Amino acid sequence: MNLEPVIGLEIHVQLATRTKMFCGCELSFGEEPNTRTCPVCLGMPGSLPVTNARAIHFGLMMGMALECELAPRSIFHRKNYFYPDLAKGYQISQYDIPLCTGGRLGDVRLHRIHLEEDAAKLVHLGESGRIHGSDASIVDYNRGGTPLAEIVTEPDLHSAEQAREWLNLLRVTLRQLGVSDVNMEEGSLRCDANVSVRPVGSTELGTKTELKNMNSFRFLERGINAEIERQTRLVEAGEPVAQETLHFDPVTGRLSPLRSKEEAHDYRYFPEPDLVPVAPTDEMLEAARAAIPELPAARAERYERTRGLAVDSARLFAYAPEWGDFFEAAADAGSAEPRVVANWVTELRGRGGSPERVEPAALAKLAELVEARTVTAGNGRVVLDRMIADGGDPAEIVAREDLGAMGDASALEDVVVRVIEQNPDVVERIRGGNAKAMGALMGPIMRETKGKADGGEVNRLIREKLGVQA
Amino acid sequence: MLSRDQVLHVARLARLELSDEEMERFGGELSNVLDHIEKIGELGDLADVEPTSHVVAVENVLRADEPRPSWPREKVLEAAPDVADGGFRVPSPGAG
Amino acid sequence: MSELLELTAAQAGERVREGDVERGELWRFYRDRALADDLNAFTWVCEGDDPESIDPGGPLGGVPIGVKDLFCTEGVPSQAGSRILEGYRPPYTATSVRRLMAAGAPVLAKTNQDEFAMGSSTENSGYGPTLNPWDRTRVPGGSSGGSAAAVAAGTVPWAIGTDTGGSIRQPAALCGIVGLKPTYGAVSRYGMIAFASSLDQAGPLTRDVTDSALLLQAMVGADPCDSTSLGLPEPVQLPDAADLRGIRLGVAEELSGEGIEPGVLAAFEQTLDVARELGATVETMQLPHAPHGIAAYYLIAPAEASSNLARYDGVRYGIRTDGTDLLSMYTRTREEGFGAEVKRRIMLGTYALSSGYYDAYYGRAQKVRTLIAQDFQRAWERFDFVVTPTSPGVAFELGAKTADPLAMYLNDYCTVPMPLAGIPAISIPNGLSEGLPVGFQIAGPAFSENRILDAAYALEQAIGFDGAAARA
Ligand SMILES: [Mg+2]
Ligand SMILES: [Zn+2]
Repeated sequence: MNLEPVIGLEIHVQLATRTKMFCGCELSFGEEPNTRTCPVCLGMPGSLPVTNARAIHFGLMMGMALECELAPRSIFHRKNYFYPDLAKGYQISQYDIPLCTGGRLGDVRLHRIHLEEDAAKLVHLGESGRIHGSDASIVDYNRGGTPLAEIVTEPDLHSAEQAREWLNLLRVTLRQLGVSDVNMEEGSLRCDANVSVRPVGSTELGTKTELKNMNSFRFLERGINAEIERQTRLVEAGEPVAQETLHFDPVTGRLSPLRSKEEAHDYRYFPEPDLVPVAPTDEMLEAARAAIPELPAARAERYERTRGLAVDSARLFAYAPEWGDFFEAAADAGSAEPRVVANWVTELRGRGGSPERVEPAALAKLAELVEARTVTAGNGRVVLDRMIADGGDPAEIVAREDLGAMGDASALEDVVVRVIEQNPDVVERIRGGNAKAMGALMGPIMRETKGKADGGEVNRLIREKLGVQA
Repeated sequence: MLSRDQVLHVARLARLELSDEEMERFGGELSNVLDHIEKIGELGDLADVEPTSHVVAVENVLRADEPRPSWPREKVLEAAPDVADGGFRVPSPGAG
Repeated sequence: MSELLELTAAQAGERVREGDVERGELWRFYRDRALADDLNAFTWVCEGDDPESIDPGGPLGGVPIGVKDLFCTEGVPSQAGSRILEGYRPPYTATSVRRLMAAGAPVLAKTNQDEFAMGSSTENSGYGPTLNPWDRTRVPGGSSGGSAAAVAAGTVPWAIGTDTGGSIRQPAALCGIVGLKPTYGAVSRYGMIAFASSLDQAGPLTRDVTDSALLLQAMVGADPCDSTSLGLPEPVQLPDAADLRGIRLGVAEELSGEGIEPGVLAAFEQTLDVARELGATVETMQLPHAPHGIAAYYLIAPAEASSNLARYDGVRYGIRTDGTDLLSMYTRTREEGFGAEVKRRIMLGTYALSSGYYDAYYGRAQKVRTLIAQDFQRAWERFDFVVTPTSPGVAFELGAKTADPLAMYLNDYCTVPMPLAGIPAISIPNGLSEGLPVGFQIAGPAFSENRILDAAYALEQAIGFDGAAARA
């Protein structure tokens, strides 16, 4: 049987607000336990939640950027269950009227985006015997109440790799929006996956399982692949797939069923009476629209279209907007071809340069020098290293360090002839048909000319002197 | 009439450990109250009636995203029944 | 000394301001009376001196106040009448109490109540029942029974309570004092230990209408800590109406006939006569959905309560009963910490919200709520106020209804429609039946507090109810 995986993702992102969803406590980044709490996020008797305006603003930005339909009037519900990481015994979340419904990113449709509050952290003490020899945990409410957006996709993904790539697109998009740090390792981006398999060509969905705790891109891919394999084995053996929640263990790479937090999952949702509806006003919508920068997908497309970049470099700059901005400034600063400038920006990035240390105009000039063959490509990289280390103007560096290309054609010819004479064995091999051996002549020639010779010209001269065809 | 299983299920959802005697009593009392409550069934089809979850007609009560001081940890932990390592100690959920 | 006892709170404050009475003297007088209380009206009484942080120059004149146990009061036991919060001293003070203190009312005592405000008799307190000062074998009503009994007995000059389905008005009626439930949102709920969030409102319990107006004036106001608080559109005025000329009273047929004790009905009819004499027109009208109020209320309130009370889990505050694991720690803590009525309502509310029952119960109750609110909307087209007896009967004997929850719930018959609609209502004492006080309820449109207070004042002056017997 030919089976096809069907995958949907459920992503929780912590919003990059300053304060929590419903109280004025600052968000916590590894502070001492229970130092970022107050009566509201501790669920003290009598305390009441008040919604963070910026969390709503971010929600609207996400909804607009991801082409969702924004609810004219959305409300919060209470999701009731008992667990020590839930201070009030319920999570304030959106249920039947979320802020955003539908939407799309790339070729994946979104089901909805809703806002809610994060749970606290439970630190397991282990069997340390600290209380009557039994197991104990410590609750740290610092994270409790952090604003979350839950993004749910339609089951439009069909491989683990595609899921991983799409999640990366979502990540760079949200980062570009500035609504979240979207760091999987730090937990500000968390992803669950719903996985099922079905015969190719079928339109019905198979029984799905929910995969949790895949807290890196690598684990996400491994976890989904492991589950696809498991389900495929079951289906091929004619056994049923049980609907369950599975926990991915990154150490063993295994999936194991998760104990349910509340038997029967009866969350008893009802409208949160302590909060009033959110009905985005024209001002709120306008503010959200104005805050949306150009997003990665649109930017990549623009680089291809207006700057003639190849897909790869267009994406590279679009997904790393600080480099995209640098590229644009450099391309606009000089007359070099954008593609050439792009190569030098990539070179700069690859050599550990930062967009802050090097002036875009200086890089543009370097690209022009190389394009005009005033400097060879090899010496251009030397100049670039100087610029990364000390800054400065590329033309000055070339002059100061005598890195200019050889302008005198007969001087280069002299060097080529001399090196050919000094290496008869290499010449023999080249004439014998080993074109690769030509590299053994390039080294000494470049050394003698201090890298100032144009590689193409050297190549042409060697072939000419030895009488071999290009 | 609520069955014993229903009472048990609801008690479990509500995290109440009812004694047999309470189980018996609550089953009867709740059934009585529900009999009265079910009179709202007499109102017939209410499909066209909007539910009221808020009586106040306000929207968008929002708070500026400006930090307010959190509370000193001593104050936070003051009323806790069991404190350890700067946090609230509980039996491990895994053990439950 | 007994002269101080006969002053209303407003009068006492006036004396303090004019220098006729020293504020410390007033404080000590009431403190000693509160400490000598034998009605079990208090869960805590301040044994110290007049708190100097309170400025008696404020509108409340330094007159000490009794505060229902469920108002969080920093450093003072605030247990909501529940054993699960035994000894809990909150780290902050409720907004409404802070406002009262800022207006010059020092907190003298915390008053007893039904546990988490669930009850109509104060018999459900985890700290023992409160007695009715008119007859100690009877209940004071509830859930703000401690506040009502204390004001009636003169062990505090005035007090505040909360009303969810009648918890201010009904005990006020049963104790022969004035109780006002404001429009939902008029007073901040921040710091009020929640029972049913969409219904709870704080308000005054006082000897007379003027005292209620004074307290309300100080309590109201939008609060950035309570998203549902609005305050009132205009400042609360002290009432001064001499008559009811031009006022149209609607007598709700469904709430003033069947099921009401004859003595209560007789007093009600007499008060309608007084109203006519004062110039009001009185007409019978219908609130067709009001009879379904109890059903809707006993779904909505327990449902919200089941969620509001989930936080009492033995982790962050309150008592804990250890178990062998997390689940048994939860269930034992809650089993031992909550009283029978609280468990009953948590069960009812959990059931009403549970999967498969939501639409038939909670969802439907919310629609009934809409219908009741629409009944009142239609009433305001023809009437200024809707009037009813406050309680179907006078104070009943301790234990008389504890075995029959439904009978107890029906006490709220006349008072639940108003909180369901979010509208204000006042109860004023309008006579005695079997030697026990009876209350007359005036309900008005949202934000009509000033007009309600004026009408209540005019009636109060004409009725001339004397509550001195309860202070003896
Ligand atoms: Mg979620
Ligand atoms: Zn907080």
